[in-house]
Amino acid sequence: MHKDTGGITSNLLGGLCSCLRRCIFGILSMGPVPNHIAFIMDGNRRFAKKTNLAEGIGHKAGFSSLISMLRYCYELGVKYVTVYAFSIDNFKRKPKEVQSLMELMREKIEELLQDESIINEYGVKLHFIGNLQLLAEPVRISMEKAMKVTAHNKQRVLLVCVAYTSSDEIVHAVEESFKEIWNATVSNGTIGQLDRSPKRNGIRVNAQDSCEDYARQDADGSTDRSGKTETSSCNGMVEIAEEGKHDQGELPAIKLTDVEKNMYMAVAPDPDILIRTSGEVRLSNFLLWQTSTCPLYSPAALWPEIGLRHLVWAVLNFQRHHSYLEKKKKQF
Amino acid sequence: MDLKYPARKLSRSVLTMGNVGLQLLWYFLHILLSIWHSILAIRCFIESCFITCGVLEKYKSLNIAKLRYLAIVIESEDAHQTSKVVKLLQWLDSIGVKNVCLYDMNGVLKKSKEAIFGKLKNAKPIEEVNEAVTLHVPEHMTLEFVSYADGKEAMVKAANFIFVENLKRQNFGGEIDGQVISEPLLNEALKVVGCKGPEPDLLLVYGPVRSHLGFPAWRIRYTEIVHMGSLNFLRYGSLIKAIYDFTKVHQNYGT
Repeated sequence: MHKDTGGITSNLLGGLCSCLRRCIFGILSMGPVPNHIAFIMDGNRRFAKKTNLAEGIGHKAGFSSLISMLRYCYELGVKYVTVYAFSIDNFKRKPKEVQSLMELMREKIEELLQDESIINEYGVKLHFIGNLQLLAEPVRISMEKAMKVTAHNKQRVLLVCVAYTSSDEIVHAVEESFKEIWNATVSNGTIGQLDRSPKRNGIRVNAQDSCEDYARQDADGSTDRSGKTETSSCNGMVEIAEEGKHDQGELPAIKLTDVEKNMYMAVAPDPDILIRTSGEVRLSNFLLWQTSTCPLYSPAALWPEIGLRHLVWAVLNFQRHHSYLEKKKKQF
Repeated sequence: MDLKYPARKLSRSVLTMGNVGLQLLWYFLHILLSIWHSILAIRCFIESCFITCGVLEKYKSLNIAKLRYLAIVIESEDAHQTSKVVKLLQWLDSIGVKNVCLYDMNGVLKKSKEAIFGKLKNAKPIEEVNEAVTLHVPEHMTLEFVSYADGKEAMVKAANFIFVENLKRQNFGGEIDGQVISEPLLNEALKVVGCKGPEPDLLLVYGPVRSHLGFPAWRIRYTEIVHMGSLNFLRYGSLIKAIYDFTKVHQNYGT
């Protein structure tokens, strides 16, 4: 009897909270709603220590917080949510911890693919973003399966950054852009059409040698006050390369759009808000390229302690500065 | 039919009134938010005055050695105020912070370079400093001026530099095996195209929003990013507090 009463009370309370939440979101929706929110889920281990729990329990509590925040974001109308689940730097942790995190990820991915999960409730498309080749095969396979199963979903998107750092993402994007343009240039025979006049080759080779010399001297740390000339020669050479199109005698160049389309995060627009819990004010190699006009919000709460009030506060502050941020985006 | 029309009209009126009600509540929430920010600003002002007057003991000694390279992001519209920028740099010099990178999106600070160097004693541009910036003996300030063009566009320039170098190495043909681009290679290429500066330990943002506004992405991997408010409300005490708080931070670097 008591259990039934308790159950009814908690259901009523849950219903009341849900209703109140929808009212708050109704009010927030009168202003601009962010399209993409990114989270750095920091503080699981500190939470476990603070509450005298095992470290693994801290991560499980973190997962519950993730599901809650996803529900709040999707209810509000946020289409894209990105979370920083595992950095390449995190591989430096103790092997046992890394293994248990991988196991937890695999377990939670399976849970998310079940019928009654939030993924199916909101029609969420899953993306696992990062250098997935660094992951153990079982985890990678479960991620690939999850992406395949949810590929047809169109309503919402969840991007989980795993084995990710911005540095690695930038290197990868530059590498892919490089290979594309190399293959287009060399295999299409564009190089064969170049004007190989001594003057043209002379400009490039001389500038190249100067740049190499400058780079060597720079690495040695020896003084070279003529560095400016070489730099401007290098810049001149690079500008020649950049302005080059596929006309006869000109080299094609890697463009900013080539690099950006090869970013792992090219599947989503840039985030509108980035929230890092635990009060830390650094990005820790997360979405550095994509956060030029993104306000950074650092509530003191640990990730398992994050709640609706933090999201509401972040969205209110985003709305407060929305016109300024839109103006900045147009200037880029 | 006759009953449906008034019912539809009534529901539309209810919806409109509901929307107006929600809109009013939205404005009310934002008024509360503005009041909260004003209270915070007053608190910061009072705290800054106490720090400047030396009332708060803990801010009297700063472990400056931990702050090897400082970056300052300034909103371009405020960056025209060269006198304020110079004042900020003079404060930093007096505190002992000698290596500073100044960034604004539109390159306004780059255009004011000469004026800034003219008003500072013993400040040199980073291009004239050849040893690793973070190691030099602090007899003079080293200033670096950066804008949006030194961010993503510089990365593209570095990529093109590597591309042309590879073309020459491969005699303008051939296949490429394995990974061509690596982080050290990109870093070297960035130096060649003129991006010399190291990663800042701390980045202070003088603007309306805490955002790096396009500061070169690869240089702020583990940089602490602190919002200082508008340059119009530049305060010595707030600067001391930001640096002090930075010196107390401990980073795991992912471990």
